[in-house]
Amino acid sequence: MASLVIHDLHVSIGDRPIIKNLSLTVNSGEVHAIMGPNGTGKSTLAKVIAGHPDYTVTGGDVLLDGRSVLEQEADERARAGLFLAFQYPSEIPGVSIANFLRAAVQARLPEGEEIDATAYYKRLYAKMDLLKIERKFTSRAVNEGFSGGEKKRCEILQMAMLEPKMAVMDETDSGLDIDALRIVSDGVNALRGPGLGVLMITHYQRLLNHIVPDFVHVMYDGRIVKSGDKSLALDLESRGYDWVKQELAALPA
Amino acid sequence: MTTTTAPLPPGTVGAFTRAAFEAHLASLPPLPEWWLARKRAAFEHFAALPLPVRNDEAWRFSNVSGLTLDGFAPPATARAVPFASIGIRKAARLIFANGRLFSREILDSNLERRGVVVDTIQNALREHGDLVRDHLLAQPARLGSDKFSALHQAFLVDGAFVYAPRGVEVELPIGIFSFALGDQAATFPHTLVVADEGARVTVIDYFGSQDDTERQLAIGANDLYAGHGARITYVGKQDWSHQALALQSNSTVVRRDACVQSLNVHLGARQARHESHSQLQAPGAISEMLSLTVARGDQEFDQRTLQIHQAPHTRSDLLYKNALLQRARTIFSGLIVVDPDAQKTDAYQSNRNLMLSDEAEANSLPGLEIQANDVRCTHGATTSRIDSEQEFYLQARGITKRAADELLTFGFFEEVLNRLSQDDLHTALRTLIQSKFSGEKVIR
Repeated sequence: MASLVIHDLHVSIGDRPIIKNLSLTVNSGEVHAIMGPNGTGKSTLAKVIAGHPDYTVTGGDVLLDGRSVLEQEADERARAGLFLAFQYPSEIPGVSIANFLRAAVQARLPEGEEIDATAYYKRLYAKMDLLKIERKFTSRAVNEGFSGGEKKRCEILQMAMLEPKMAVMDETDSGLDIDALRIVSDGVNALRGPGLGVLMITHYQRLLNHIVPDFVHVMYDGRIVKSGDKSLALDLESRGYDWVKQELAALPA
Repeated sequence: MTTTTAPLPPGTVGAFTRAAFEAHLASLPPLPEWWLARKRAAFEHFAALPLPVRNDEAWRFSNVSGLTLDGFAPPATARAVPFASIGIRKAARLIFANGRLFSREILDSNLERRGVVVDTIQNALREHGDLVRDHLLAQPARLGSDKFSALHQAFLVDGAFVYAPRGVEVELPIGIFSFALGDQAATFPHTLVVADEGARVTVIDYFGSQDDTERQLAIGANDLYAGHGARITYVGKQDWSHQALALQSNSTVVRRDACVQSLNVHLGARQARHESHSQLQAPGAISEMLSLTVARGDQEFDQRTLQIHQAPHTRSDLLYKNALLQRARTIFSGLIVVDPDAQKTDAYQSNRNLMLSDEAEANSLPGLEIQANDVRCTHGATTSRIDSEQEFYLQARGITKRAADELLTFGFFEEVLNRLSQDDLHTALRTLIQSKFSGEKVIR
């Protein structure tokens, strides 16, 4: 069983602290949602876990299966089983999805071992069928000219192919209309299972109607201030974030 | 015939002395009088011209101190060539080693029956003398390499001659392989392609060395002549030794309603100069000039181009893309010339540089010289870095930084590769370009 442990994490951009003493554990088979107002450090958390070079970890640790990932480059973390579904996936002109995924699968093979092209395409097509994606999709350049929904489906397809142990999904619902949201949620639900842990970052409760979380955490001012089950998300939906802020203010310093 | 006994300026001919020239002539089979006269004149021209110097406008930004002719030996006899199998299906294959024919294979038995000629220049001088006379090195060198072009003509041993007669379409490409073998070797490869009225032909010209540490001099040229309504696709693959000094010049002549598409891929050599010169001589003529370069280490790639519109309703479209790694340098200098009566000209010129290193240097000098008033011409140059968010996106999928840069470079090149209509050419080119990243030698 895999685990992602975030322990007393402190993160800065330049001199500005963004994440302050955040701790969280995600085990495989679990789906955790992190909710919170804008500017509270949710996306920073996602990028730090994935290894984005712009952020400095000033304290604490992030461990995958008990091993710290902080010294690893983004590509090493990904090969170790981490996956980040981007809020704003990059467009890569001239590189087809099929070739991109092939390079990602190749990167997971031992040095000198060549990918088995037939087996690769067989597996790719099986995943596309699972996610109800048309065959011609993968001959398009990665995210180039894609609608919001297509970009997110492309992320889910990558996740399906790379079979991570832990997936961090950053605002997967942003920019999606209700139909696209359903399609993407169906994709995530199809991949859910005992071998996958999910940390879902979202601003809105509506995603959680489609992907029902086991745990819900409220993030505010760089830390987790409240945790609960899926009913917490419904409370937030009806009462807003101000309620949490007021509760926090009432606490003794 | 010219003879002169004037002393040669010291240091400007290297090993290519008068004695070496006479020995070279003596080693050749009997030549037609006109060709011998041209070779002699070329030698005199070569010997009289100085080497380029720093303030020559045609050599701006070039490392002129690298252009030494010292220490190279005129072409020696060929040794065995270094490979077992080569690339995609072809209609015919010519292999040269140090400029001499190593093998000639006609793989499509219909070629000869349909009158297609794939032969050596030595044979063509005897059997197709008029065609060779009209088109072999018939255009002046206009882009600065006069001295080297003259040296090429003087010491040219042999080369490829491809002729597609009227109305004949050659489906499979014709492969020409030129190898430089041995340290200090000098080689002068030449490819002459003549497509008669309505003919279609694709030629793949590969240049390579056996050993990437050997110091070599390669001065090559190609002449492409597309007659009325003809279509030539030319793919040049320059993969000389990384210690080679390489100079290549192209002359393309396009007649009425004809089209020439050329793509040159530049990978090899320590210092490589490529001059490309298209003349659009009659209405409806089209020249598409494409180039891809992967420059790394301390390599210098110097590219000079000329698009000359001599008739109305002609089109030229140039797209040169360079990817620069490590401390590599590139120079692009292009000029579009539109003659006064070449109205309705459509001319494009674009040079794009992708910088994968902070130490690399790309120089770009696009230019226009328009004497007609009803034309559409655009030119431009861009230089951009690898986008760090794209790089992170790829790395977040487990792809190493090196592989990510390679993938992004291929993405950058795709626009050019897509201009070629033949799929198997794409695949072969990708494999070849990949070899520059992986360091594995691939001959295609």
